[in-house]
Parts: sequence; structure tokens; C-alpha cells
Amino acid sequence: MIQVRNVTKRYGEKVAVDDLSFAVPAGIVTGFLGPNGAGKSTTMRLILGLDAPTSGSATINGKAYREFDAPLNEVGAMLEARAIHTGRSGYHHLLALAQTHGLPRTRVDEVIELVGLGEVARKRVGGFSLGMGQRLGIAAALLGDPETVILDEPVNGLDPEGIRWIRTLLKRLASEGRTVFLSSHLMSEMAQTAEHLVVVGRGRLIADTTVAEFVGRASADAPVRVRSPQATALAEALADEGVAIASEERGVLEVRGLSAERIGEAASAGGIVLHELTPLQVSLEDAFMHLTHDAVEYHASATADPADASVAELGAVA
Amino acid sequence: MSATAADPSAADRVRAIPRGRVTQARVLHAEWTKLWSLRSTRWSLLAAVVAMAGLGVLIAAVQMSRWSHLTLQDRLDFKPIDTSLGGVNLAQLAIGVLGVLIISGEYSTGMIRSSVMAVPRRLPVLWAKIGVFATVTFVLMLVSSLVAFLGSQAILTSHHVNVGLGAPHALRAVVGTALFLTVLGVLCVAIGSLVRNSAGGISAFVGLLFVLPGIVSILPSSIGQSIRPYLPSSAGTAITQAVPEAHTLAPWAGFALFCGYTAVTVAAAAFMFRRRDV
Repeated sequence: MIQVRNVTKRYGEKVAVDDLSFAVPAGIVTGFLGPNGAGKSTTMRLILGLDAPTSGSATINGKAYREFDAPLNEVGAMLEARAIHTGRSGYHHLLALAQTHGLPRTRVDEVIELVGLGEVARKRVGGFSLGMGQRLGIAAALLGDPETVILDEPVNGLDPEGIRWIRTLLKRLASEGRTVFLSSHLMSEMAQTAEHLVVVGRGRLIADTTVAEFVGRASADAPVRVRSPQATALAEALADEGVAIASEERGVLEVRGLSAERIGEAASAGGIVLHELTPLQVSLEDAFMHLTHDAVEYHASATADPADASVAELGAVA
Repeated sequence: MSATAADPSAADRVRAIPRGRVTQARVLHAEWTKLWSLRSTRWSLLAAVVAMAGLGVLIAAVQMSRWSHLTLQDRLDFKPIDTSLGGVNLAQLAIGVLGVLIISGEYSTGMIRSSVMAVPRRLPVLWAKIGVFATVTFVLMLVSSLVAFLGSQAILTSHHVNVGLGAPHALRAVVGTALFLTVLGVLCVAIGSLVRNSAGGISAFVGLLFVLPGIVSILPSSIGQSIRPYLPSSAGTAITQAVPEAHTLAPWAGFALFCGYTAVTVAAAAFMFRRRDV
């Protein structure tokens, strides 16, 4: 269980993390999602005691990272930025880490096998591909058999086989009752791996929810595609209801904020012919884009959703 | 445990590993591994050994071959001990640069984050780096300066200007050379830790040890001579010289001052290492 409470981190003028609070439960994979620069890596660094928060606190199983006597046995972490000396072999990198905790050499060999680096472990890390570097980072994270695993963008640079491997690995770790927390800027990746989602934008919390709920919420706001020879008349009829209408093609409308049923009724009432009426599916990627796009660009607008409200506020601040 | 049973899955193996605890001795062990597993370290140490052991012998051999051409004054001024230990001038560059790189290299590659995640209290990492590097430097440089001394003296016998380890100041200079290089190494680890950047750290070290004396030497001599003994370079090298240069502190007093400078730098490095984000 990772607990982040009202954490703020400023680097000079820049606020990287802004009063962020969330919890990462044990036993499931929790995704940490946000566009690049949203503060994901900084938050992870704060949890791991690499950076000190300007205010607030982060704990893992009730303790600050710095208080652990055997941190590698409690928490395994892989940061997005490489944290490995390029002049050293992967084996010696892991060995030195193991030695700080008195872990045996056999354990180093085990994790090397586990991540499939057996053939290159004795070579200098400087010659590793991105994917090999990621595997070595994961080996280091698993070295101490930790109860909590924190991975920053773990699938970056992995090939499809590697991506599938890490998904399976993370799910297994979670099923063993561990806390698994991984960040990504790729929604589609999260959809396949995570059950729970913590979404951030500009250092602030946008959503703390399950993947299913996240999609559900986004789908409620999904557009409906309407094809009509009387598109202009239909747009006018619907406009009365205060909805967002976009048209990218002559005779085709994308209507947001109204269900397909209501649009059909409105068309019927106005005697307007419809050729197509399709509620569009919202993919997780779209939902994510929509939310974080708001975080970046939208300005204040009246909505009932408190998450959206804070998003709007963010845009206003920007 | 279950790992050896019917289902030797990776998960079971993962579960079977022992739990450790971070201790200073273990961190020392890790830093020992880190030091020797880098090719650049091995080359730098080899360079320091060759410079320290070889340069004095080389100079001694050149001097002996030209002995008959030297003026009487040159022969009278000949310093058998200091000639033999002349390699310290080159060795200090290798040791200083390596001292900086030991820690700045962790910052430039990001390794420092792995180090700090394994040892979140941080200071044991700094103590271990200093401890391992100081020990390795002292042992290698003591052997090298002994080899330089004995080798050079063997060559100097050709014109009977050699001295033994029992000669006045000889043993102090030989051991002092190793001590100076060791403390210099510690100073440079601290500089590297403070500056956190290889180029910057090496510049700071070179500026302090090599450039500063040059600047002081162009000051008006009354000012320069009163400052000079207290420069890190003058204070530190006093212990390495059998025949002291002009305007230097006594050997052990100079060395004590050099240790003092180093202690202050190490304290500053420790203070900042605990506080700063990595």
C-alpha cells in the first residue's frame, strides 16, 4: 500500500506536483497515467525518497522510504531515467546492489535468468539496447523480492514479446498480494495491465478510479454521429438544448451531450430525415486524451463533474 | 522450500530469497565491487601506479647518465630522495581525477539513484566510497613509492649518491607520499560529491591544486610568500619532500592542515548529500 498525502513539489518557480493525494492498494496493478510532464516521474521519485517533497508526505506500508532498514526487500523500483552506470556489466550492477543488503550471488543469477538477460549479463551496460536496459532495471527492482513494485514507463523500448512478458509478470506479482504501481503515458497499455488508475495532469489529480469506471465516465460523454440531408436544420433544432455539435463533413454531425435516443426524438419532432444515428464507442485512449486534453487546453466551463471542474480550473491557471 | 518441489515456477523462487539489512560493512563491500568493476577505474589506478613507481626511476636513470656533464653545483644540489619520489607530481593527477569520477560518474549516468534507493540513509554510501578509495589508494601508492624509492636508489649507486630508507626524512617522505595521495583522493571524492559533475569536479580539483599556486606566485612576493604555505598543494606536499621547498610549513603541520581542508570539504559534501535531491 502506497499512500501519498497532499504532496507538493516545487523546483524553483515550477510546480511539478501540486497537492497530490492518492492511495495505491495491494493485490492489484495500479496504473499511474498522465501525459509527459504531468509529474508522474517526480511523484515516484518523491515516494522513493530521491527527492524531498516541498510539503506533504509519501509512505509505503506506513513508512517513509528513508526509514527502511532493508529497502530493496520492501520496495523494488525502476525509474524511467536510466539509473545504471554504463561502464559496468549488468551482473556487477546487480551484485553491488545485492551486496548492500547481504543478498547472495545466487539471487543475482536468479533475477538475471528471470528477466532473460543470461547471455549479456557480463557485458557492459553501455552497449545494451533500450529493451535490455529495461529488463536490467526490472531485474534490479525484483532483486530483493519486494512487497511493493514501482515501475516508471516499464514498457518503453520493449518489443511486443517483452511487453507481453512484463504484463504477465506484473499481474502475477499483484496476484501474489504485492502492491504494483506503474506509470505510463500510453492509455492502451494501462487498459491491458492495470485494474486501478490514478490519472494526473500538470501535477494534479484528475481521476482516481478503476479502469472500468474511467471508461464508463468517458463513454457518457461520447459523441453520437448523425448523418442527415437536413443537417443544418437538425443542428439548429439540437442547438436549443445547449449541446456541442461539430461537423467535419457535409451532412454529418458529431453531437456531444445528448443520447442517440434524444437526438432521434428531436429529429422526429422537427420532421427531419436521418440516414444514420450512431453512438460512437470511446476507447480508453480517447477517454484519456479527452481528459488530459482538458487539462492542457480547456478553459472554465460549467460542468457537473467535480473532476472536470478541477480540470477546468487548471486550464484557467495555465 | 517449495522451490524444489513439483512446481519450480519463477514465483516460488522469488519467494524463497533471504531478507537482508543494510549495514556499513555491506555498503563497503558493494562499493568495493563497484570500484573494481569499472574499466576506467582500473586504468586510472594503473596509471597512478606506473607514474608513481616509474617516473622517479626514469628521472634517476636520466640523471645518472648525464652525471659527468653536471656542474658541481648541480651535483651538490642533487636530492636523491625527492628525485626518486618525483612521480607524485603525475600520480596526484590520476588519483585526483579518479576520486572525482568515482562519485561524479554516478551522477552523470544516474547510478546515484540506484545507490541511494538501496541505501536511502545515503551517508553510508559516501563513507564507503571514501573508505574503499582511501584504502586502495594508500596500499597501491605506498607500494609504488617504496618501489620508486628503492628502484631509484639502486640506480643512484652508479655514482654513489644513493641513500637508504634509514636516511633522514627518507621513510617519512616515502610514507608521506602515500598519505598525501590518499588524503588527496578523499578530498577529490568530496569535491566530486559536492559538484556532482565530472568536468566541473575535475576543474575544481585542478584549479585548487595546480592553478591556485600559479596565481599566488604572480602576486607581490610579500603577499604570495605569506599565503603560499597555506595553499592545499603546498600544505599537502610538504610531507612528501625530504628537502622542503622555500615557504612551506613543516611536514606534519602541513599535512595536518591538508587533512583539515579535506575534513571540511567532506563535511560539506556529507551535509549536501543528505539534503539534496538526486
